[in-house]
Amino acid sequence: MMALPSSPKELIAWRVAKELHYGEIVNLGIGTPTLVANYLTPEMNITFQSENGFIGMGALAKPGEEIPDLVNAGGQYVTLLPGAVFFDTAMSFTIIRGGHVDVTVLGALEVDERGHLANYWIPGRGGPGIGGGMDLVVGTKRVIVAMEHTRKDGQPKIVPRCSMPITAQRMVDLIVTDLAVIRPTPEGLVLREVAPGVAVDEVVAKTSARLIVPDDVGEMVA
Amino acid sequence: MFAIDRVFTGSKPFKQSVLWIIEEVCGLSKVKSIEEAMEFIEDGMTVMLPGFLGVGTPKALIDAICERKIGNLTVIYNDGAFPGVGIGKLIRYGLVRKLISTHTGTNPELVKAIADGEIEMEMLPQGTLVERIRAAGAGLGGFLTPTGVGTKVEEGKTVMELDGRRYLLELPLRADIALLYAHKGDTAGNLVYRRAARNFNPIMATAADFVIAEVENLVDVGEIDPDHVMTPGIFVDIIVKGV
Repeated sequence: MMALPSSPKELIAWRVAKELHYGEIVNLGIGTPTLVANYLTPEMNITFQSENGFIGMGALAKPGEEIPDLVNAGGQYVTLLPGAVFFDTAMSFTIIRGGHVDVTVLGALEVDERGHLANYWIPGRGGPGIGGGMDLVVGTKRVIVAMEHTRKDGQPKIVPRCSMPITAQRMVDLIVTDLAVIRPTPEGLVLREVAPGVAVDEVVAKTSARLIVPDDVGEMVA
Repeated sequence: MFAIDRVFTGSKPFKQSVLWIIEEVCGLSKVKSIEEAMEFIEDGMTVMLPGFLGVGTPKALIDAICERKIGNLTVIYNDGAFPGVGIGKLIRYGLVRKLISTHTGTNPELVKAIADGEIEMEMLPQGTLVERIRAAGAGLGGFLTPTGVGTKVEEGKTVMELDGRRYLLELPLRADIALLYAHKGDTAGNLVYRRAARNFNPIMATAADFVIAEVENLVDVGEIDPDHVMTPGIFVDIIVKGV
């Protein structure tokens, strides 16, 4: 059995990668979601869409090999794969809102029992802003939240009801954290897997939302 | 201009001089200096600026606005770019009164200016921003989008239900002036963008009363393959050579 990544962010990225299927078109958000690309093989034939206007994004550009005007949605210089295509923002959001992206992976500030996520604004403090997030969550076929289970101060991020403005009314399809894999359902949040060495009780204790814990909770394995 | 190609089958310099005379006499060339372009930008205007984190944003035109301190602007731009970069330069110079945008997180100077009440911010989803601009340029009265339903974006907007799905009515968004940035442009204003710098450029080209395009490479009319033109020159009023 291969060793699993030890850092929380890498573990999340590795686990999310297992959710992607051959040939899918995928949009990765800024931060931890970007790391998902490191755990995919070329044989999976995954195509990345970058909402600033292209599909066929490759790895980050090496220092000194940056190509002008070729950055991802986080402003980092990237490379292209054969068959890449550029387009304008209206086309980019035709692809996104029109349901032509299979999976979007994005971070969140909070997710709640309804499966709603909040990711753009902290009342009283501000925030990064909406960007393409609302359109991605509304329009993509599958939405996966990739985030650390708790805030830096240990406070839960998976809560009964979002205290911050929500990104969309859509129920997200899966929540992957450094402690667990949780599937939102109409009945509530179902605990599907725990990270290696993590007890179910620890996940429940670090989650303020009600968790449905079935008998067959698995463990993340390679 | 292709008709001219067929009429004048002589040497290239001869054709070019004939084209130059026709353009000068008939006023076909849209090429102007930065100074001339600046005469069309005034305090208090609503300005569309394309770009995504600074990529695809005109540089020389923004520098010229900063030098002349043309301020009190309402700016329509995707994000806050970075401090001092692109639109971040207009923000640093205190020339922006209101920003219609989708994202501020990359520019702490913008976040502070909003918190201090120096800049009024209207935030909307990116797909909605670009489509409102597209609607204005395409002569549409608005459009219905599922994005923003049930969120703060819905506040103050008309919600319509069609076939069991809820949508927000979003209205067109126009500007007094749009300042574009292209990799290549000809003297008639036909434009070609490069890589991810295209973003909002072709859309904003259609939705302002006056359009100025800054180009990295200026070529003669006819040198761009008609199949490769991304913004037809009819949308562009003035073309300036970037630095």
